Amino acid sequence: MIHYLFYFLSFLAIFSALMVVLVKNPVHSVLYLIVTLFSIAGHYVLLNAQFLAAVHVIVYAGAIMVLFLFVLMLLNLNVETESHKSSWLKFMAVLSGGLFLLVLTASVKGSEKIHGVISGGSETGMIKTLGNTLFGEFMLPFEISSLLFLIAMVGAVMLGKKETQ
Amino acid sequence: MDNFQIPVSYYLVLSVLLFSIGVMGVLFRRNAIVIFMCIELMLNAVNLLLAAFSVLHGDTGGQVFVFFIMAVAAAEVAVGLAILIMIYRNVKSTDINILNKLKW
Repeated sequence: MIHYLFYFLSFLAIFSALMVVLVKNPVHSVLYLIVTLFSIAGHYVLLNAQFLAAVHVIVYAGAIMVLFLFVLMLLNLNVETESHKSSWLKFMAVLSGGLFLLVLTASVKGSEKIHGVISGGSETGMIKTLGNTLFGEFMLPFEISSLLFLIAMVGAVMLGKKETQ
Repeated sequence: MDNFQIPVSYYLVLSVLLFSIGVMGVLFRRNAIVIFMCIELMLNAVNLLLAAFSVLHGDTGGQVFVFFIMAVAAAEVAVGLAILIMIYRNVKSTDINILNKLKW
């Protein structure tokens, strides 16, 4: 039963990821990307990583996608302003993407340690174990990431400010 | 959810497909904002695989790494979109083919 959920979520993720690339209107791209992100959140729930799923929805759908939509609407980009590459360049892009897929598939197929089976009900994604690792082993990186956020915030404000002569 | 049994190679295939779609999108589109979105797609493919392998091995480190990747992605998007707004203010477009001063 849950297998079908896995296949459905995978199909939804891949389909909407393709639509992100293929639709002409950037606003529609953002909306399809939100569908992709929600299906990936569903995958996290399937992996029994509920906290990760919640954080994923909050950070991506709640913060990053709002930022994207905000900028798109601020700049008033739509289908008319959207420029497109020549069909030759598009063909080459698809070709090189397909070749990249081929290389990745070949390298994955060559490795031997991928025959494990993920079974549900694992305790890895529980908040308690995650918190113990995050605030124990990864304490210093956690603090440094707060520094990164501070720098990003200052940088974004500096860049967004109007230049005064 | 206890009878859930999926080989980890399925997650590998899914992540590889999502990552390749992201790469294709970066090469395919000219709007810089859509290119940013495709980069997000690639980051998400990697996140999914990290979470899958962390559950497979019962190691929490993988999921903590996903948090750090999310943090870096959020910072990257904030700064990147600020840069894009600056570019738009100067050249009135987000088409990457206009920005070819560094090309040769």
